[in-house]
Amino acid sequence: MEERGMNARIKALRKVSMETQPHIDLERAKIETEVYKKYEGKVSLPVLRAMVLKEYFSKKTLYLGEGELIVGEKGKDPQSSPTFPELTCHTIEDMHIMHNRSVVNYTVTDQDLKDQEELIIPYWKGKSMRDKLISSMTHEWRKCYRAGMFTEFMEQRGPGHTCGGKNVFTKGYADYKEEIQAAIDALDFMNDPEALQKKDELDAMLIDCDAVMTLGQRYQRLLKSEAARCEDAVRKAELEQMAANLDVVPAHKPQTYWQAIQLYWFTHLAVTTELNPWDAFSPGRLDQHLFPYYEKDVEDGILDDERALELLECLWIKFNNQPAPVKVGVTLKESGTYTDFANINTGGIKEDGTNGVNAVSYLILDCMDEMRLVQPNSNVQISKKTPHRFLKRACEISRKGWGQPAFYNTDEIVQELLNAGKTLEDARQGGSSGCVETGSWGNEAYILTGYLNIPKILQLTLYNGFDNQSGKQLGPETGYAWDFATYEELWDAFAKQLHHMVDVKVRGNNVIEKLYANYMPAPCLSIVTNDCISNGKDYNNGGSRYNTRYIQGVGIGTVTDCLSAIKYNVYDKKNFTMKELMTAMDENYVGHEDILNMVQNKTPKYGNDDDYADDIMQDVFTLYRDEVTGRPTMCGGQYHVDMLPTTCHIYFGEVIGATPNGRLARKPVSEGISPEKFADTNGPTAVIKSCAKMDHCSTGGTLLNQKFTPSAIAGDTGLENLASLIRSYFAMDGHHIQFNVFDKETLLEAQKHPDDYKDLIVRVAGYSDYFRNLDEELQNEIINRTAQSF
Amino acid sequence: MHAVTNIQKYSIHDGDGIRTTVFFKGCHLRCWWCHNPETQRFEPELQVDTEKCTGCGRCEAACPADAISFSEDHKAEIDRDKCIVCGRCADVCVGNIRTLVGRDYTVKELVKICLQDQMFYEESHGGVTLSGGEVMAMDIDYILALVRALYREGIDVTIDTCGQAPYSHYEALLPYVHTWLYDVKVMDHEKHKKYIGMDNNVILDNLKGIAKAGARIYIRIPTVKEVNGDRESMAAIIDFLKANDIRPPQVNLLPYHSTGSHKYGKLGREYQAADLTTPTDEELESFVKQWNDAGFANVKIGG
Repeated sequence: MEERGMNARIKALRKVSMETQPHIDLERAKIETEVYKKYEGKVSLPVLRAMVLKEYFSKKTLYLGEGELIVGEKGKDPQSSPTFPELTCHTIEDMHIMHNRSVVNYTVTDQDLKDQEELIIPYWKGKSMRDKLISSMTHEWRKCYRAGMFTEFMEQRGPGHTCGGKNVFTKGYADYKEEIQAAIDALDFMNDPEALQKKDELDAMLIDCDAVMTLGQRYQRLLKSEAARCEDAVRKAELEQMAANLDVVPAHKPQTYWQAIQLYWFTHLAVTTELNPWDAFSPGRLDQHLFPYYEKDVEDGILDDERALELLECLWIKFNNQPAPVKVGVTLKESGTYTDFANINTGGIKEDGTNGVNAVSYLILDCMDEMRLVQPNSNVQISKKTPHRFLKRACEISRKGWGQPAFYNTDEIVQELLNAGKTLEDARQGGSSGCVETGSWGNEAYILTGYLNIPKILQLTLYNGFDNQSGKQLGPETGYAWDFATYEELWDAFAKQLHHMVDVKVRGNNVIEKLYANYMPAPCLSIVTNDCISNGKDYNNGGSRYNTRYIQGVGIGTVTDCLSAIKYNVYDKKNFTMKELMTAMDENYVGHEDILNMVQNKTPKYGNDDDYADDIMQDVFTLYRDEVTGRPTMCGGQYHVDMLPTTCHIYFGEVIGATPNGRLARKPVSEGISPEKFADTNGPTAVIKSCAKMDHCSTGGTLLNQKFTPSAIAGDTGLENLASLIRSYFAMDGHHIQFNVFDKETLLEAQKHPDDYKDLIVRVAGYSDYFRNLDEELQNEIINRTAQSF
Repeated sequence: MHAVTNIQKYSIHDGDGIRTTVFFKGCHLRCWWCHNPETQRFEPELQVDTEKCTGCGRCEAACPADAISFSEDHKAEIDRDKCIVCGRCADVCVGNIRTLVGRDYTVKELVKICLQDQMFYEESHGGVTLSGGEVMAMDIDYILALVRALYREGIDVTIDTCGQAPYSHYEALLPYVHTWLYDVKVMDHEKHKKYIGMDNNVILDNLKGIAKAGARIYIRIPTVKEVNGDRESMAAIIDFLKANDIRPPQVNLLPYHSTGSHKYGKLGREYQAADLTTPTDEELESFVKQWNDAGFANVKIGG
């Protein structure tokens, strides 16, 4: 494996992080079980939850890696994945699966199996949130869920999707305690019927503050004794400084850059071990939060860029040491990765609307480039005010082809957040966490609830609400498509099916939301999220300043092309009948090559800046957005839509037969708002134009992937063109774009399976061409040339 | 005559910034190495990737001229004398291996397509490039109307030309063209006749003419070892430019490549340039230095 890192220390730490096999860690589960056994029913639920965290942080195994400058792990060592039996109580079979599966596997030891069987399962079986949740769902919900109409995010993990705001870098836990105590003192037991619940919640927050400070004190003692034993003078001084840092944080406001990073990391650990919220936790505007400390330390002569970068690299390793909580079943399919999507935004703007890029922003880019880690998932925010130098440096890293940084549009994000009711100041302090979902950091609970399989809803529409994959009637009976005389009739039926399925999903969501509000408070996350303390209410119970729930639409490219194929061939050109098309689909187009050719190659497709198809995309998007947006959540918030897939487009494709656009049975559907794999044939500008016809500002985030070969964006000109593509897309209010730059292996695959790579453009020589259009010999030449250019 | 073979978006090697390049069909020159042979003839042509033919027979059934038959290995073969280039076989081909090359657009249609990427041109200082084939050999009233329409929309137009067209055509377009990409191949008349198919008198006269009129010109030199890949040939071009006081803001040495060779077979033609070779990287670098030493600052290898 390639060694990366600015010096020997970082290289060694990175090596451990990269080469350690992810493994499950039952220490947390065992301590939690003890606490529940002892106190369940004796204290309030929020207090019980806080006691679990406090007990864990008081007893957990401490890890101190060789040369570490930032301390703390979620589990007992790097790549440990604590389990959360209160959410999912894994069966022994689950544990065998997670150990043995060929991808995203986690080592499970015999001792783990024994502990799970003897200690964990007996207590948690039938009690976990997963059990509560599934048994609370209706028959209809379960039928649709099992057929793959939608997924459910809270099925194995807690609600989350949040980012820290300024507080996380400017307040210590002793400061929070004062605030919480003041809120308790202000409770109105004369008039407020919720005063007691508020007191319970606030008491829990006080315990959590102690939990974090306890962890800090334990590390402080460990570092001191390590320093006393250390014979290397340099390391000894480091250990002493690290111990001294812990005299200040996490109890108090940090005084230095180093302390600020350590404080953040303790908060990260606390939030992500209290529960296992989706997408971990993120530091929000890390560059802006760190900059005042950086500036002061540099002025005081106690920090230089080299040390500042080294500490960032240490933080990056900490992120990378934490694999995602282990998932099984459908939840693994919708998010089949170790990545926990802690997503760091760099750049953007400040609260007052001015350019937010500073010296730390550039250090973060250097760190990202040097470390080349999938965690944290790093991106840049680009606004109109972002200096060209910053954008160009980000492009330079992105061009290396491993997908980071992704690019986000600050000005569009502000519009999204304003549209969703945030103040201007809070909107400016927002961005994406996790994947592309938008929120106002430190102020909002914005929770993804699951993916919706839109192409499958169209399939149901064609067959009178019947799902020919699961063999079940999943939607209302709206008629068979061969009986529809016009496209409008088909459209009306589609709208009814979509309405029905969103109803089923939201009805389930509402129950789940209340289950979490009632059974699974997150007092630690509530401490750091405005205004949970002043409201005396939990993050999972609508305590935050803003509360948003998202449903993520998947497959808009596929569904657009399907509707286009029907409208164009069946109703406009009358090339064949609906019955003929559906027969071809039923037979997976075998023996129906003429129809397949027409729907695949001679029909307007989304992604080509062709209004015929793009108008349909807009119709589908508007229908879906209006169906979801504004529905009330159970804790006082509103629903909005996201257009992102993670890896769910593959799972959703597996449960759909052949579709009208010529997509064969069980092939993936389109991802994000990107076109179908073989559909875009007019190059990146046409894709961007098509995508920009969607009204991004009315969503909570969209995702666009673009593919290039290294040579298509080579040299300074290539860099400038890449920057221009981004600026143009963002001027058209695009939300997000990321680039894949293809390597030799991919081109070899493309050579073997040209139909799967129809949209791959390669730079040939004086011109660019589609790879599939090239002779084998020429392909070989390009493959070899590409290899050399890396 | 103004058939279009291809409209290439995100074209990044035919002038400045992000561009849309329109390739017109028809050219009077016959450069051996031409990598777009489908743009040489003025009339529409059928391009077939026979290798990938599955022998399903749909094209044969659809052909109104009875021009398609099947070889022993079940590949469709066209009798190009009988073929009326109607494109019906391309419509029914399920392998999508048959393409009718050459389509007429109205000025309005082309302008509409070219305007689609305006946002990108403005961000990247790009625009529209008219290329070919030889755009200057097209119906000049049509081209003039197109260029003026784009100019009115505020779009930078670049013309990629080999120089072989009446000077009146150049004169008509001069006020509306932002940049000319002007090909100069070789000064030696005999070599020019051999490899390009005719002498270079008109080409050089036109270059002198537009330069004198103040045109902004990038000189582009397809560099082939056997044709002009030597110091003397480069020196001759440099001397010509100097003698006529032509000071291009950019010179591009375009190394010869055989990537267009596969297209010849698809058009039922033979590739003449199989034995031509590309100068080595060292040689190309030495040419760049030669140009720099002669006072031409911005000399690039490649487009």
